Amino acid sequence: MAWTRQILRVNLTEGTCIAEPLNMDWANQYLGQRGLATRYLVEEVDPKVDALAPENKMIMATGPLTGTMASTGGRYSVITKSPLTGAVACSNSGGFFGAELKNAGWDMIIFEGKAASPMYLHIENESATLVDASDLWGKSCWETDELLHAKHQDPQIRVACVGRSAESGCLYSAIINDLHRAAGRSGVGTVMASKNLKAVSVRGTLGVGNIKDPARFMKSVKAGKKVLAENPVTGEGLPALGTQVLMNVINEVGAMPTRNMQEVQFEGASKISGEAMLEPRASDGKPNLTRNGGCFACTIACGRISTIDREHFSVKDKPQYWGNSGGLEYEAAWALGSDTGVDDLDALTYVNFICNEDGMDPISFGATVAAAMELYEKGVITTQHTGGMELKFGSAEALCWAVEQSATGEGFGADINLGSRRLCEKYGRPELSMTVKGQEFPAYDPRGIQGMGLTYATSNRGACHLRGYTVSSEILGVPEKTDPLTTDGKAGLVKAFQDATAAVDSAGLCIFTTFAWSLDDISPQIDAACDGDWSPERLVEVGERVWQLERDFNMKAGMTGADDTLPDRLLKDAAKTGPASGKVCELGNMLPEYYQLRGWSADGNLTAETRSKFGLPS
Amino acid sequence: MIYLVVGSGPAGVVAAERLRKLDPLANISLIGSEPEPPYSRMAIPYYLTDKIQEHGTYLRKTAMHFEKLNIQLVQQTVTSIDTEFNRLITDDGETRRYDKLLLATGSRPVVPPVPGIDAPGVHNCWTLEDAREIIKLAKPGASVVLMGAGFIGCIVLESLALRDVRLTVVEMENRMVPRMMNDISGNMIKRWCEEKGVSVHTSTRAESIEALDAGKLRVNMSNGQSVDADLVISATGVKPNIEYLAESGVYTDQGIVVNDYLQTSNEDIYAAGDVCQGKDFNTGEYTVQAIQPTAVEHARVAAANMVRGHRTEHVGNLNMNVLDTIGLVSASFGQWMGVPGGDSAELVNEKEYKYLNLQFKDDVLVGGSSLGLTQHVGVIRGLIQSETKLGSWKERLQKDPLKVMEAYLACSQSQVATA
Amino acid sequence: MQKSLSIDPGKCTGCLQCEMACSLENEGVFNTAKSRIKVFTFHEEGKFVPYTCTQCDEAWCMHACPVDAIVVNAATGSKDVISDLCVGCKVCTIACPFGTVNYNADSGKVVKCDLCGGDPQCVDACPTDAITYVDANATGLDKMRQWAEKTDNTVGS
Repeated sequence: MAWTRQILRVNLTEGTCIAEPLNMDWANQYLGQRGLATRYLVEEVDPKVDALAPENKMIMATGPLTGTMASTGGRYSVITKSPLTGAVACSNSGGFFGAELKNAGWDMIIFEGKAASPMYLHIENESATLVDASDLWGKSCWETDELLHAKHQDPQIRVACVGRSAESGCLYSAIINDLHRAAGRSGVGTVMASKNLKAVSVRGTLGVGNIKDPARFMKSVKAGKKVLAENPVTGEGLPALGTQVLMNVINEVGAMPTRNMQEVQFEGASKISGEAMLEPRASDGKPNLTRNGGCFACTIACGRISTIDREHFSVKDKPQYWGNSGGLEYEAAWALGSDTGVDDLDALTYVNFICNEDGMDPISFGATVAAAMELYEKGVITTQHTGGMELKFGSAEALCWAVEQSATGEGFGADINLGSRRLCEKYGRPELSMTVKGQEFPAYDPRGIQGMGLTYATSNRGACHLRGYTVSSEILGVPEKTDPLTTDGKAGLVKAFQDATAAVDSAGLCIFTTFAWSLDDISPQIDAACDGDWSPERLVEVGERVWQLERDFNMKAGMTGADDTLPDRLLKDAAKTGPASGKVCELGNMLPEYYQLRGWSADGNLTAETRSKFGLPS
Repeated sequence: MIYLVVGSGPAGVVAAERLRKLDPLANISLIGSEPEPPYSRMAIPYYLTDKIQEHGTYLRKTAMHFEKLNIQLVQQTVTSIDTEFNRLITDDGETRRYDKLLLATGSRPVVPPVPGIDAPGVHNCWTLEDAREIIKLAKPGASVVLMGAGFIGCIVLESLALRDVRLTVVEMENRMVPRMMNDISGNMIKRWCEEKGVSVHTSTRAESIEALDAGKLRVNMSNGQSVDADLVISATGVKPNIEYLAESGVYTDQGIVVNDYLQTSNEDIYAAGDVCQGKDFNTGEYTVQAIQPTAVEHARVAAANMVRGHRTEHVGNLNMNVLDTIGLVSASFGQWMGVPGGDSAELVNEKEYKYLNLQFKDDVLVGGSSLGLTQHVGVIRGLIQSETKLGSWKERLQKDPLKVMEAYLACSQSQVATA
Repeated sequence: MQKSLSIDPGKCTGCLQCEMACSLENEGVFNTAKSRIKVFTFHEEGKFVPYTCTQCDEAWCMHACPVDAIVVNAATGSKDVISDLCVGCKVCTIACPFGTVNYNADSGKVVKCDLCGGDPQCVDACPTDAITYVDANATGLDKMRQWAEKTDNTVGS
């Protein structure tokens, strides 16, 4: 069990909220969260639908372990068709919202249609109500969170909402929950806003029971926590430095994309690293990092809680940003810093705050600004477009200006909010967009980490590190070390990571556990909680089924094997410095083998045999 | 040493136990007028709803509790006290000598001056015997009129509602629980009751009660309406039991007046509980509080002073109360109505029946009242009684009064440095 | 030697493992809303403060109980609610100046920390040792004790 077996269907057009039983056949095939919600999406949404049309649906889904004591078991995902990529979107978030939703008795919420005017959904256990949100429209995520808490006068409610960026149509808008946790990527927030849905507030006090074998579950949960505590990455590195533990490491191996991925090492990396966040600053002697914080049930606690130097130009006159809030994670620090060439830690923290406050994905935002900066330096974008701002690489001032523009979509913000691909197309230089399937890259240059090239090219949601994090193996040696500069065996490695990740995402757990946990650690927890057999082998099978289902959706949406590629810059322009010097990403060496392992045709289509093997819907 | 404790409610029982602890060899008697073992009136509402049996109302549950402590239980009614010879006289004509006497004779319901109030079928809800009678008459579907929506009225109301009777409440004041709740929250409780099917008449008095046929009663109200009832419960207030002191020379006012050692005007006589007019923590005035925590506190302090001399000063009790009105929990603390020149914070959520009111003097909390909140409410007492300086947290509480637990943690535990 | 809970907010990451362990032990379900220990978040300050009953010597709740439903556990020193005896009158919830006795509307009874009978599950669950169960004399509970004394109505009793 562990599922509540109940889903909430919210029709925004009709204004109805209806409970229905969870399809347990699908739960047995797809486990929960990412996989299960994708199954619903595939069933209910035409893959060719306009992502921002009322016909698209948006699903907020928990996993069977969400809301339990399994370490990191507090997650939810947002599944929809992405307006940024046109592919299936699945954005995963921590914080406390997902667990609260589960505690209210819901495995998932399916939103369909579009409200005539702004609404928010308020859930208190079995009661779900759509409420007028005209007073919230035009407010930031932070204001919305505060207003909803004030309105319901319950400090314990958890809020997921969209900010002004999403309202203005920014294509990479996130859904922000608990002030600084995000279902970040692929513009899921844009879809939410397109439905005139401003926020979801939840209070759940029913608890999460339905554990198949509570004693065995607690035994495996405790064993799992012990493994995390004793692992150097999850037990020491991540709590101390967060994901920012990677900044110096990745820079040293020459896989740090810099200045719109023109280079693979950033000279300012150490200034914006996790280590730098611990250094006392000159003004007040306090470090950027106040402490680490955990999401619901997480015993790793990689979250950063930071302050900005009050004397920094970005906040000098804005005391509302002087308190603590969500600090820089590695991907954000990279996109906002290395990719734009900015090495000003306080500026990056400020921009990160604003991304949280108004709901932008900092990866896509930073990478789009990086593209705009390259266009500016190449003379394509000028101060006439920017209203006078000199959009140069390395300019903290330009970066802070850009984030304020993006937050509201005003002025040049409307261009930034297109995302890198559409921006570069608009200015006639599509080759300068560092994207796959329209989504901006994260923080690992595939010239220095070859497996990541295949991960990006084949990711079902466009360029993304969280669909198959071979950095674990290629750089950190988990579960075993492979050479980042070769392509041998990478097809199998990428597939294995992709399948395992899909299973972990579908369980309600955080992918960061897999720095320490193998499926042998995870499977006993799921198996003790959920009805059915959840052996490691079965989880791999479920993971692969999820992957195939997502792929199938994308192909039906009109994608082809030709979309499984990388920008020429990564395939043709060799890295100039570092260990990967002289290397390009040898995607062509890996892709055919990968297709074969996946059971796809040479042009990347699912074969009939594969479809039937995984029981995919027709 | 002979200690007599008169009154076997919470104050009497706690005092007798405390006396025993402090003076293992003394002769201790606990004199009560009711035929039951010492029980708690607080528990009667739960007895009415069958949540507990009679045994569940007993103050002490262990068999032979008082015997084991060598405390003699006496069922007698004290009629007067002879302070010259340190003895009291009981209704059977006996006298009992004491070295030290504690008066914990409690209070009793007032009888409102309403014609027909003595008709059969009109009951108080005060003693176990009252409760037994009410249980007999308050059958499901019966019509019950409750006179008075004060604390006791409301707590009875809860039990009556749970017995599925048709309920009508008549209250003189303009709102329910007027001594605990202000206009806003008192009327929220009224609305809550009405939503639960209770007919509530505020700013209304019962003018007369007529006995009809077959044991039925008719209550005529000042608003011109009348209600026929199977049972009328009178809960219009209580007053201290002090009449037996008339000739004693022990000084009484509203209740028995005591000093800061809970000693009465007679040096060998102390008082505690509902009958005692003791010091109020907030105001420093001497008032009858008639609440359980105060009764227990009085008893402990009085007993200590009776045994060891005046080493334990009574610094005053915080007036506070908590009430459950058909599932809506309310609480009040100290000067919940505010103080001159003070500030306040208020949160009103009519729709969800939530209310919180905090009252400050400078940056110190001096009172508060809440509705619909059940978590961490005690900390309001803690903040008031420790007179904690709230500093910048006062402003934060004025913005969001629900942060009261956070304010306490930040101000009292020094665990939260300010940003 | 009696032991007590020692809480070091500096180590707390706000993960709520303690709240879940507590609710599992006492309610048989993962439900932070029913935990007897509560983590308070100070967002601006970047602090998390777990808080529960300190099993104070004054035992306000116990003395305020009209039906003798709160007793001292001789083995652990905790003040335990005897659920069968509790009538749900809530007087203890206003008497406790720490706000750590709370009413549970579902059961109609009050709940408070009972140290899980000597094996506190929050301690076991805490990943950072922010909550430990140590000899009472070594807990640094002094601050809380001082607070308790400030709240005490009596001097020298």
